[in-house]
Amino acid sequence: MRRAPKDTAESVRKISRRGLFLGGVQLAFAGALGLRMQHLQVDQADEFRLLAEENRINIRLIPPTRGQVFDRNGVIIAGNEPSYRITMVKEDAGNVDEVIARLSALVELDEDELNRALTEMQRSAPFLPVTVAERVTWDDISRVAVNAPALPGVTPEVGLSRSYPRRGDFAHVVGYVGPVSERDLARYETPDPVLRIPRFQIGKVGIEARHEEVLRGRAGAKRVEVNAVGRVMRELDRREGTPGADMQLTVDTKLQSYINARLGEESASVVVMDVTNGDLLGIASSPSYDPNKFVRGISVADFGELRDNDHRPLASKTVQDAYPPGSTFKMVTVLAALDAGVVSPDETVWCPGHMEVGGRRFHCWKRAGHGHMNLEQSLRESCDVYYYDLALKVGIERIAETARRLGLGHAFNIGMSAVTEGLVPNKDWKERERGSGWVIGDTVNASIGQGFVLSSPLQLAVMTARLATGKEIMPRLVRRIGEADTAEDAERDLGFNENHLRQIRRAMFAVSNNRRGTAYGSRIIDETFRMAGKTGTSQVRNITAAERARGVTRNEDLPWNRRDHALFVNYAPFEAPKIAVSVVVEHGGGGSAAAAPIARDVTLQALYGQDPPLDAYPSKDRERIRSQQERLQQVLRENDPDGRSRA
Amino acid sequence: MSYLEYTVKTVPAGWRKMLFLNWPLIILLTAIAGVGFLMLYSVAGGSINPWAEPQMKRYALGLAVMFIVAMVPIWFWRNMSVMAYLVALALLIAVEFFGTVGMGAQRWINLGFMRLQPSELMKIAMVMILAAYYDWLPMKKTSHPFWVLVPVFLILLPTFLVLTQPDLGTAILLVAGGGLMMFLAGVHWAYFATVIAAGVGGIYAVFLSRGTEWQLLKDYQFRRIDTFLDPSSDPLGAGYHITQAKIAMGSGGWTGRGFMQGTQSRLNFLPEKHTDFIFNTLSEEFGFIGGISLLILYVLILAFCIVSALQNRDRYSSLLILGIGVTFFLFFAVNMSMVMGLAPVVGVPLPLVSYGGSAMLVLMLAFGLVQSAHVHRPR
Repeated sequence: MRRAPKDTAESVRKISRRGLFLGGVQLAFAGALGLRMQHLQVDQADEFRLLAEENRINIRLIPPTRGQVFDRNGVIIAGNEPSYRITMVKEDAGNVDEVIARLSALVELDEDELNRALTEMQRSAPFLPVTVAERVTWDDISRVAVNAPALPGVTPEVGLSRSYPRRGDFAHVVGYVGPVSERDLARYETPDPVLRIPRFQIGKVGIEARHEEVLRGRAGAKRVEVNAVGRVMRELDRREGTPGADMQLTVDTKLQSYINARLGEESASVVVMDVTNGDLLGIASSPSYDPNKFVRGISVADFGELRDNDHRPLASKTVQDAYPPGSTFKMVTVLAALDAGVVSPDETVWCPGHMEVGGRRFHCWKRAGHGHMNLEQSLRESCDVYYYDLALKVGIERIAETARRLGLGHAFNIGMSAVTEGLVPNKDWKERERGSGWVIGDTVNASIGQGFVLSSPLQLAVMTARLATGKEIMPRLVRRIGEADTAEDAERDLGFNENHLRQIRRAMFAVSNNRRGTAYGSRIIDETFRMAGKTGTSQVRNITAAERARGVTRNEDLPWNRRDHALFVNYAPFEAPKIAVSVVVEHGGGGSAAAAPIARDVTLQALYGQDPPLDAYPSKDRERIRSQQERLQQVLRENDPDGRSRA
Repeated sequence: MSYLEYTVKTVPAGWRKMLFLNWPLIILLTAIAGVGFLMLYSVAGGSINPWAEPQMKRYALGLAVMFIVAMVPIWFWRNMSVMAYLVALALLIAVEFFGTVGMGAQRWINLGFMRLQPSELMKIAMVMILAAYYDWLPMKKTSHPFWVLVPVFLILLPTFLVLTQPDLGTAILLVAGGGLMMFLAGVHWAYFATVIAAGVGGIYAVFLSRGTEWQLLKDYQFRRIDTFLDPSSDPLGAGYHITQAKIAMGSGGWTGRGFMQGTQSRLNFLPEKHTDFIFNTLSEEFGFIGGISLLILYVLILAFCIVSALQNRDRYSSLLILGIGVTFFLFFAVNMSMVMGLAPVVGVPLPLVSYGGSAMLVLMLAFGLVQSAHVHRPR
């Protein structure tokens, strides 16, 4: 239907007016939009550009390869071995359950780990790889690779994980690495961002912890472009990190393994030191533990077993534990007395088996007494009364001073954890720490290494090396860090009278070579390697007067943890000292019976570099030594990582 | 006054009508659609699929629809106005029952070959019926309260239906479009002043009531308003989209980051980058220059509409053209305000550029009406 258009002047006028007005409003609004655009895109462009870059660019750290630790001959003590794991990407897998089922037919999957992986897969973005099996074998990996077409989304991956091929041999020296804990992070003011990488591991104890910064290296970084859900679109650039520096220790793996095997399950520690330069050739604490278990994350049960074991496998007894040195301290007392000029080597003291000091009776270990004793005799037979007498003449201050010069009471920073200072008591110390005055009985006790005196096996070895050389030998465990040799200072002379030292050395020689010496049973026949030593037996309990009256209970009849500690220190060869050894067997009984034989075996092993010929031993021991050598060879073969891999 | 002036002779007939089309308008529309194709190609990562190609086909279809509508005399369309409104209303009711749920709202009716959004159709039908209403209503009665209430009812009825879908964006466009139609038709200023004053007063009261006992909105509703006013207060929640949209736009700078180089859109930080937020993709890749150019194209369309309307002495035609221009303006003004953080995100596409079928076809149909009015204007 056609109808006339409403073409009135009024209509046209009104529409024109309002249309133009509205057009103006529209134009104004468009202008406002333009201004807003200008505000965002011109005025604030830089800010928004920055925000856009922050959105899209992610910095990913590339963890550095940890430095390796070698022994003095280049044998790996702590290394990095490839560890294989299997990861899965949900979006590539499609039917996750089916792929998992096929995978579990090929590889044994841990139930817990699998469940954890499945929950992680549900939570995280579908393109992120999730680890379904860790530490799988090379065989597993190849099976997965061969069956790749049937396993969409499944990728075998290789990473590096810390490994300690010598297992327990160096557990206390090198320590172990573990995942970074909140406490680790709290230690640093500004923690290296690499520490926040999931599963990153850092040194927890020992060399691994003390030289963490050196071994860790510096992380590299790559800048990647990610999209809104975090998927990596491409790598923009990367800066390679610096791998951690390798370290070389002074220890000799072969000797260390021998010592560990020789100590067996005994709660004991042995330090072997090169007296010419302080290199620690062996530094073992037993029983030990397998640090690899800690790297993998030790189970609660395994850890409980280590923690609750009364032989304390976790303790690093060579440096961390301080024992009363017992009679091994007698060299200190006699050196102090000789230096003070209060005694001459031939002067004798009458030992009736005890001595009255300040109203108290101090016993000699030999109830019947030793009779007349000169210096050499007293040390050889370990007469206590002789040293009581010396101590009263020389006083505690000089004894303490001599002890310090010989290395006691000092925490040697060799790079291991929890190195103890030990304790060399004097009057000041007792006043300060115990709040009571020094009494003469304290001096008497100290003279034979009992009472307050405490020293670690490391300190005893240092003392022995210093006595053997007269030089200020400093123990050294780290030989080289990266390309830099650790500084080897020329040893200073300690300033002792060489004649006095010679007297003491001769007496120590008598200990293990004179028929009446306390360690004569552990003498070395081979004339080129004869040793000088000193036995020590330190009480861990008080012997009451009543017990003495009844007769002191024999060690064998006491419960293990109340028996005496057995100690032995020695150096060899006597004529031209090469090594110093200290042995402490906790609750081992007497030093001559429990510690000296170990020291002899270790000394011979170190000097020969292998099992010594049987004729180095006294003839009556040879049969026993032969079977011991065979047994230890067997143990060493079983423990040898190369031997295992060949088998 | 009589039909005599409006003779067949003065109106072009047959294929000659093609010569009398408003060609600059067609060129402008095509240019804007071209910008859309370019951006859809870009956000697909340099591919005409999945968006650019279907969009081109729809534009071709839309162009055909426009020409067909333009060929039909405007008086036919005027007579169809009431019918169009009733059909659109019926479809809106139908979508309540048979509609497909999409994006959390009932909006579509599946016609087999395309999915129809009746609310889009209603935007044009509303303009048509209001133009026809004021064409029919004697001028003197325009501001009479009763005759003001009738169009108000015509506007609010479909608005209510759209709100129940719920589609706040379209509802706002319907009310604003209808109100502006009434304004253009000459309804007295006082009505509008009253409504605006009441609205402003109401909003003021709502804000004033916050934290008092007679609080007019729920706390979560206030929080939504807060998020709109300061998106950074909730950067990962509701504010995330608008924050990312502003980053995309702002990082474009003067000249943009280059075609297909926009990181915000390419890496999916930008939400709805091919529909509601396509303007941000453009601004990111072509910068201020690109954004302002598109804005100028839109303004030119408005200008051609206004000129065409003012040249047309037919009341229905003028009102229709101005109304369609206003609808078009509301589309891009609301969308741009929204993507620039000037208005809450309500889900209004950028006309002719955003990916989407119904909106484009309906707009082309509308411009077909504009062309028809232009061709068949009284001379």
